[in-house]
Amino acid sequence: MGPILAVEGLKAYYQMRYFGTLREVRAVDDITLEIQRDEIYGLAGESSSGKSTLIKTIARAIRPPLNVVDGAVRFDFAGQGPRDIYTLSAPELAATRWRHLSYIMQGSMNVLNPVRRIRHSFVDFAFRHMSLPMPAFLRRVEEHLGHLSLRPDVLESFPHELSGGMRQRVTIALATVCRPDFIIADEPTTALDVVVQKGVLEMIRRLQREMGSSVLFVTHDMAVHANLTDRLGIMYAGRLVEEAPTRALFRQPLHPYTAHLIRSLPRIGDDTPRHGLEGRPPNLASPPPGCRFHPRCPLAMEVCQQTTPVMQELAPGHRVACHAAAQGILP
Amino acid sequence: MWKILRDLLRYNWEFTAGVILLAGVTIVALLSFVSPYPPLDVYVVAPDLPPSMEHWLGTTSRGQDVFWQLSVAIRNTLAFGIVVALISRVIALAVGLFAGYAGGPVDRLLMSVNDTFIVVPIFPILVLFYFVMRDQMSWGLLALVAACLGWAYDARLIRSIALSLKTREFTAQSAFSGMNAGEIVTREHLPYVMPVVFTTTMNNMNWSIGLEVTLSVLGFTDVNTPTIGGMIYWANQHAALVSGIWWWIAAPVALVIAVFVALFLLAVSMNEYIDPRSRLARMGGG
Amino acid sequence: MRGYALYLFKRLFQFCLVVFIGINVTYLITHATPIDPVEQTITAATAFGTTSPEAIAMMRRSLQDLYGTGGSGFDQWLAFWRRIVVGDFGPSLSAFPTPVSTLIRRALPWTAGLMLVATLLSWGLGNLLGGLAGYYRRNRLLKFAGIVAMGVHPVPYYIVAFVLLIIFGYLWPVLPITGAYAQGLQPGFSLEFAGSVIRHSLLPTASLVLVGIGGWFMGMRSLVSNVVTEDYTVYAELAGVRRRRILGAYVMRNALAPQVTGLAMTLGAIFNGAIITEQVFGYPGLGSLLVAAVHAGDYSLVIGVTTVSILAVSFAVLLVDVLYPLLDPRVQAR
Ligand SMILES: Nc1ncnc2c1ncn2[C@@H]1O[C@H](COP(=O)(O)OP(=O)(O)OP(=O)(O)O)[C@@H](O)[C@H]1O
Ligand code: SF4
Ligand SMILES: [Mg+2]
Repeated sequence: MGPILAVEGLKAYYQMRYFGTLREVRAVDDITLEIQRDEIYGLAGESSSGKSTLIKTIARAIRPPLNVVDGAVRFDFAGQGPRDIYTLSAPELAATRWRHLSYIMQGSMNVLNPVRRIRHSFVDFAFRHMSLPMPAFLRRVEEHLGHLSLRPDVLESFPHELSGGMRQRVTIALATVCRPDFIIADEPTTALDVVVQKGVLEMIRRLQREMGSSVLFVTHDMAVHANLTDRLGIMYAGRLVEEAPTRALFRQPLHPYTAHLIRSLPRIGDDTPRHGLEGRPPNLASPPPGCRFHPRCPLAMEVCQQTTPVMQELAPGHRVACHAAAQGILP
Repeated sequence: MWKILRDLLRYNWEFTAGVILLAGVTIVALLSFVSPYPPLDVYVVAPDLPPSMEHWLGTTSRGQDVFWQLSVAIRNTLAFGIVVALISRVIALAVGLFAGYAGGPVDRLLMSVNDTFIVVPIFPILVLFYFVMRDQMSWGLLALVAACLGWAYDARLIRSIALSLKTREFTAQSAFSGMNAGEIVTREHLPYVMPVVFTTTMNNMNWSIGLEVTLSVLGFTDVNTPTIGGMIYWANQHAALVSGIWWWIAAPVALVIAVFVALFLLAVSMNEYIDPRSRLARMGGG
Repeated sequence: MRGYALYLFKRLFQFCLVVFIGINVTYLITHATPIDPVEQTITAATAFGTTSPEAIAMMRRSLQDLYGTGGSGFDQWLAFWRRIVVGDFGPSLSAFPTPVSTLIRRALPWTAGLMLVATLLSWGLGNLLGGLAGYYRRNRLLKFAGIVAMGVHPVPYYIVAFVLLIIFGYLWPVLPITGAYAQGLQPGFSLEFAGSVIRHSLLPTASLVLVGIGGWFMGMRSLVSNVVTEDYTVYAELAGVRRRRILGAYVMRNALAPQVTGLAMTLGAIFNGAIITEQVFGYPGLGSLLVAAVHAGDYSLVIGVTTVSILAVSFAVLLVDVLYPLLDPRVQAR
């Protein structure tokens, strides 16, 4: 069987018409990647680099002003053959969601209906996929909550009665209770303190192993990626700039931006001064020509200002989009 | 400013329709200054004439020309609305800004009083007021009382904006730089609430004009000042509908409905212009 | 539970404040007058000629309590409040010697009934249609309904009632335009009487609903268009929760809570509308009573209707407020 997800040349822009003029924010610009079965794929990049936009587009969770301009998102669940998620009909989509593909939104503390008890959310989201009678279904849910160190009585609570961290865990439970084939998670652990975060990450890892699912995990926290993910993609200003097995990437980053991200990780016993990057991330409404990183890149060359570097596989499974890397110059 | 107006006119049908309607009404009101008949005199023309070339909207049973009567009436009615709106804006701004800036118990107390004025049924109170005042009840007095009763809803709106402004950085900065509360509120906060004040003005005028019309129709104001409500009052007194003088009623009713719709459309479009959420929805919806 | 108790306490305090301020405004207005209402009223009463000296004495006493001529300002104020607390406004002048409270008790059910039905209808329909219009943005019919709602909404109650009166009273006379039931019918639990009451209530109700529905419609539409962008709705849609369920349990449920608060805020205005409408259609409620009282110079009755109006509206508001937490569980946490 092929990869469970193949993204090809995906472009998704926020297109805003304001009193007659069009403004485009090119938050996802020509991204190609594949995710295998039974792996955790990490996505990293600084704030507003387009991580959320990319996975919203992958999950077909887009609404105006965000539009897909070009490209395809093909899922292949359980040998049904690859299908572009954008060609599914509404009923097909509803049948796929949560059964095969579930999604934990960024800011997942606010995704629970404030005026209903948690139990109703589980019933609404998962009951029809589980073909269990209601009591058995609820028992299954309670058991599952236990995996996330949540007590069964949270089912009878309203969201506002739970702490932010509890709500995040409830949301993770909600997204995993049907044991979907593919889980998309957008910063699901940001509101958690370090201890709880560690527990939740272990739980995600365990669930993933047990269920054999694939996980697309987004966070800007490189330390989390180092501990959790199998492969890692780095985004900068709406583009994928590097992708490799996580270990390889940490051992030898090829893109100057990745190198910067890794260098800025705190390390015990290392007290060499760390340099911040000069400048700010570019405005995605009018990104710089050529390599979008060139205004901030310590290795920038003439060619970087004119030609956009393309993704090249420089080592097995290690792709990078950088003129310097292509010439063997390491950051 | 002009650019905003132009954009609104071009892209917002509510605004355009409101402006056109209001312009028409204003022209009618302004014509009252060149009226060929003194507005208070009766029996200056033949009574009960249907609309014709000579009397565009016919004449009343009291021997007045409906069109010219109408133009004075709408002028007075609009003036009433404007005066009430101005006075009540001052009260609403004072209460709203102060409550929002002060916060805490002061805010809670002021808002409790404020909610009282929202909830209390104003109409019987105004009727009582007329009942007590009787002949001393004048146009100006009614405007004053209406303004004193009609500020609360807008004060609440202004207060909620002031409250959010207070938490912004520039408020703390201004306080740091030694401005006192009054200066901060008037110099820093006032400009932010002004757009909302404009839309509430439209709504408030609608409210007060409706009040004036209703009270005059019932004869609970100074019915000798020509207003829209006063016109309908006199028409009812002469049983205009029963005797088939429909133009005497239809003209003021149609004109005042035009005023209500115009003001309302302006309020809606400006509100939409101000509200960032609907602005976003508009951009997305295309 | 403690949260709910605190909430109730706050609402109760607000109720007391509304009554206190409202009735004191009434007091201020009646006492700001330069004329002596007692003597004026007595003169008017004796002019009818039929009043006995005892009746006049009784009237003078209650009038003096209500408008206060004897004693210090504070005593006057106390006497005024005492009268209102026990609900004794003295005899009515225009229907002497019937007590004002009896007249009000007769009129109040008509107003209350009219208001209840009209409010439930306009609130319910307005929210339902507005919610649908906010959710199904592209539906032509609902768009059209929105435009109609926008057109009628800003017109005051009086004008709408008046236009209905013209249409159904003169142009196309199919509905009764005055009274609460056909003349000569004996009030009672008969089918005929009930039918007559309903037919007579159609026009007053219709004018209240016509004006009222637009506000709820537009309010709900804009609330819904915000709720559909909230994370919990987006997320449920994403998860493939059935649309009906989303519309009901997610969108409408969440948007409804502010509309209940809105209802409490507008009951006063709806009441104003109801009594104006009654006057137009000669409906025997508080509105007609008030206007008749003004024309007859019946001081006690005017004060009685005004204060009872304030009490009734504040009580209705309290009722809505008490029910609100059923819709929004978050109240208990605040
Ligand atoms: N609704 C929107 N309308 C217009 N532009 C948007 C919208 N949402 C996001 N953007 C823009 O798209 C770009 C990418 O945003 P995105 O949310 O994908 O970033 P991110 O990488 O997830 O950041 P973070 O780490 O902060 O979550 C940003 O420049 C942002 O300003
Ligand atoms: S392409 Fe050039 S500018 Fe871009 S990262 Fe590589 S070296 Fe730097
Ligand atoms: Mg994000």
